[in-house]
Amino acid sequence: MNAPAPPAALTAASYKSAYKPIWCPGCGDYSVLSSVTKALAKVQVPPHDVVVVSGIGCSSRIPAYTSCYGFHGVHGRALAAGTGLKVARPELTVLVAGGDGDGYSIGGNHFLHACRRNVDLTYIVMDNHVYGMTKGQASPTTEPDWDNKLSPGGTGVRSFHPLVIALASGANFVARAFAGDPNGTAEIIAQAIRHPGFSFVEVLSPCITFRPEQREWKQRAHPAPVAPTDDPARAARRIMTDDGFNIGVLYAGDRPPYPTLPGKAKCTPADLEAEFAL
Amino acid sequence: MTPAAKKATRTAKRPVTPKPGVKAPRTLNEFMALALAMETEAAQRYADFADAMEMHNNLEVAALFRKMAVIEGKHATQIMAEMGWKEPPALPSGKPTWEGFEAPETTPGDEVHYLMQPWHALQLALQNEQRAERFFGRLARAATVDAVRRAARELQAEEREHVELVKAWIKKVPPPDSDWANDPDPPSYTD
Repeated sequence: MNAPAPPAALTAASYKSAYKPIWCPGCGDYSVLSSVTKALAKVQVPPHDVVVVSGIGCSSRIPAYTSCYGFHGVHGRALAAGTGLKVARPELTVLVAGGDGDGYSIGGNHFLHACRRNVDLTYIVMDNHVYGMTKGQASPTTEPDWDNKLSPGGTGVRSFHPLVIALASGANFVARAFAGDPNGTAEIIAQAIRHPGFSFVEVLSPCITFRPEQREWKQRAHPAPVAPTDDPARAARRIMTDDGFNIGVLYAGDRPPYPTLPGKAKCTPADLEAEFAL
Repeated sequence: MTPAAKKATRTAKRPVTPKPGVKAPRTLNEFMALALAMETEAAQRYADFADAMEMHNNLEVAALFRKMAVIEGKHATQIMAEMGWKEPPALPSGKPTWEGFEAPETTPGDEVHYLMQPWHALQLALQNEQRAERFFGRLARAATVDAVRRAARELQAEEREHVELVKAWIKKVPPPDSDWANDPDPPSYTD
């Protein structure tokens, strides 16, 4: 009798759904989607063992475009949902994804505490420095002097620095990627998935509709000239003093992830119902 | 024309960074694996563009991108057949030696516009073929192994043919009007 053939290796296509993205042609989020599927192919986790959780915004449409389980949650609460999921089902690979408005403003507090808790999940933020879905309002990462109809002369408000905040709050892996480098971004996301604890990947993802000048990012983005460090002080200095376009893993720490309770790993709907039975 | 549209139509330049020195593959297998990756990624990007244009009801350009995806896919299949590969081989370790972030035959993702016309799509294709031709030329000059040099020269010649084919194609396609990107209800309308 012939031995059964080994299962075929999973490819990026294995993680794509039949739904076609409705993002604006030219949007950086197409590349991020491609990077996510390539990263999952690198780590070879079956799609049914992966959950992509998102909030609200253009980029938060991403779960539907993958063949993994998905949860398109409420605005800013993707990390809360992803954290609960990972704690309840630690055997799953949990990716949380969204934009800068969803993650740093509406979900800002969840971001801080997700970094602090260090649950073993990967948070991918597609940062375009603008609220694109709601027609171009300034977001937390918008430059203070970005002049547009909705904030004439700019907001004058200092930009949020997500990488520094993540590091200071305890994220165990901090990286910056660029949508114009989909293969490099895939490699960074794969490293983030493999790294224990809370992994934060900030992807510079241009919005060509409201921020067409962001096409210049591809002239500015460059590989980080140094290897990742496990020293938070050194990482902080690097991140605080770089030009904002350093691409690569900037910090990879060794803090133990938030513990999950043995024996409590799986919970059926019936168990949940029992908890709420009157 | 809107500033965004002007940006979309300007001649695409490859990113300035990163710019590694040209390092030719050490074996024919490594070289062909690189060529295969180039064709596969180009095909995938064209297919993605075709999907995006279909979603935005720009069906003429979608069909053109789909056709280009098929053409690049055939080149990939041809390489697989010539090398006798059943599965795509792993790329040589380290970053490939192309100039920008992506392979030379891959259109950068931000260089499309929802109102673009076939002429624009062909201009992008032309730039891709020209970059690929230059890339293989550089590899041929840098090659230290005869088999790699010969293969690089062959692929350079093929890409040169493709450049001429696309140029001929462009001549048959009407150039766009100056106001091609005008949209009476643009997505960025905020009033």
